[in-house]
Amino acid sequence: MSRTLKGPEEELSPTLQVSKVSESVEIERPTEVKDIPPAKLSIRNLEAWFGTKRALKGINLDVRENSITAFIGPSGCGKTTLIRCLNRMHEMTPGASAKGQAILDGMDMYDAKVDPVTIKRRIGMVFQKPNPFPTMSIYDNVAAGLKLNGIKDKKLIDDIVRESLEGAVLWEEVKNELNKPGMGLSGGQQQRLCIARALAMQPEILLMDEPTSALDPIASSKIEELVHGMKKDLTVVIVTHNMQQAARVSDYTAFMYLGELIEYGDTKQIFENPRMELTERYISGKFG
Amino acid sequence: MEKIQQEKANLKYQLQNTMERKSSRKRKINKLVTILCIICVGLAIVPLGSILFEVIKNGVSALSVEFLTQRPGSMISGRGGIGPAIQGTLITVGIASIIAAPVGIFAGIYLAEFAGNGPLPHAVRFFNDVLTGLPSIVLGIVGYIVIVLVIGSFSVWAGSFALSIIMIPIVVRVTEESLKVVPNSIREAGYSLGIPKWKITLHITLKTAFSGVLTGIVIGISRIAGETAPLIMTILGTSLFFTGFDDPVDALPLRIWRLASQPYDSAHAQGWAAALILILIVLLFSVTLRLLAARKGFKVRVIRYSNV
Repeated sequence: MSRTLKGPEEELSPTLQVSKVSESVEIERPTEVKDIPPAKLSIRNLEAWFGTKRALKGINLDVRENSITAFIGPSGCGKTTLIRCLNRMHEMTPGASAKGQAILDGMDMYDAKVDPVTIKRRIGMVFQKPNPFPTMSIYDNVAAGLKLNGIKDKKLIDDIVRESLEGAVLWEEVKNELNKPGMGLSGGQQQRLCIARALAMQPEILLMDEPTSALDPIASSKIEELVHGMKKDLTVVIVTHNMQQAARVSDYTAFMYLGELIEYGDTKQIFENPRMELTERYISGKFG
Repeated sequence: MEKIQQEKANLKYQLQNTMERKSSRKRKINKLVTILCIICVGLAIVPLGSILFEVIKNGVSALSVEFLTQRPGSMISGRGGIGPAIQGTLITVGIASIIAAPVGIFAGIYLAEFAGNGPLPHAVRFFNDVLTGLPSIVLGIVGYIVIVLVIGSFSVWAGSFALSIIMIPIVVRVTEESLKVVPNSIREAGYSLGIPKWKITLHITLKTAFSGVLTGIVIGISRIAGETAPLIMTILGTSLFFTGFDDPVDALPLRIWRLASQPYDSAHAQGWAAALILILIVLLFSVTLRLLAARKGFKVRVIRYSNV
């Protein structure tokens, strides 16, 4: 019920100054812990194709519960393809296919018996460009997932809409204009509306595909704060081409290159002490 | 290295030089094209304007309440009206669009959202386009054979059937095109919420494309409201008011044709007036639909449609 953002805001505010980018990795995180949280989503030998072109070459990775995992890497490295495989969105593209395992709480979502539609109810997604439903009001945008999945209890929908908009730190800005079209909001607000829309489905995992790449720095930092605050309720996977963002926001980082997972580990370790030379070269800006 | 630098500078100089030389010529061309475009717009509007002017000038004298509500009288007297024709057009076109709109919309949805690019949808699209281009009298003959000969009478059903076949391919095509311009990100947003595809299509994609689909229906209805040839072979035309769906009925285009083929001036004036009424009905209908759509908060936009 309460996804307040007070704590994380205070925690994160020093890192949000864009000028102090290099220091951002030195922030002490509450998750700087000895015991690693359990795996929420285990990816095993995941391969993905576009037609005959292989975009992912056998990915193995454990996404940790109640943490933020960032996928980084140069353009075309497959990070977006990978995140789109994690809710079976990848195969919706004509000609695209995927195979392997992605085990969510013991259930392989690539099992033949699993309906890809029901998987998406447990795993939310936020896209690169804000994409609110153009014909719907702010309220209906958030309520759409519930209503179109057959929930009719008005009181419940009202409560969830409010809670989700609060969770996306948009409530205060829109509470008096819930019936206005969602497209009338600014880009950053639209993206937070899309986050609220995803949160309304009460997902266990939230996948974010470069959620700030279409936004200005201020709107981006708002989203970053928001993401940081969400992890006590759910597991977040975020794709970003902005390394500072990955360093600021995530607990774990996976570096990908040419469809392969090069290195995966604690964000601090990846950025300060990468094991692979390729990772080091990418992080220090020598290519990418 | 130096050579490349020099070549670059040279190129820059040449480009600037030509730009300066050409800029005045370019401005002239720009002006010329603008003027040409304005002339073409004028040329396109002139026929429309002159038709409207002519219709109003010749028809307005015959207009009266009696003319709109009465049965046709004697052709020579200039008495009587076009009541049955207005009634018949509304009934025939109404039934035709009640048949054609849903069939066309769902066929369009199938082609845009579910069919993909296989041989079957390809064939459907091809024959749909052929159907759009078919001479309407041929569809009149189809109506005659399929319905008139079977039930043994010229009838409203036969006319509506023929008209709906003219309208369906128009609605199919426009629906498909309007759905295709809905960005895929909207569908993906729906998928990501775990909404089944048919619900996304009906509640999200179709709603987003609504104004385009509406335009298709308006174009379709405007087209069939003016059709004459298929009606000759199906509803025949009569001077009586509606008596039943299995009986002949009158229609405005038929009445206009009949009045225009008389040798009397009074009949011609009534013909012009009937044409004016037909234009007004179509106009009123299209404006009303658009206003309704605009009030519902949908942006009304005109979809390019090349096949009509």
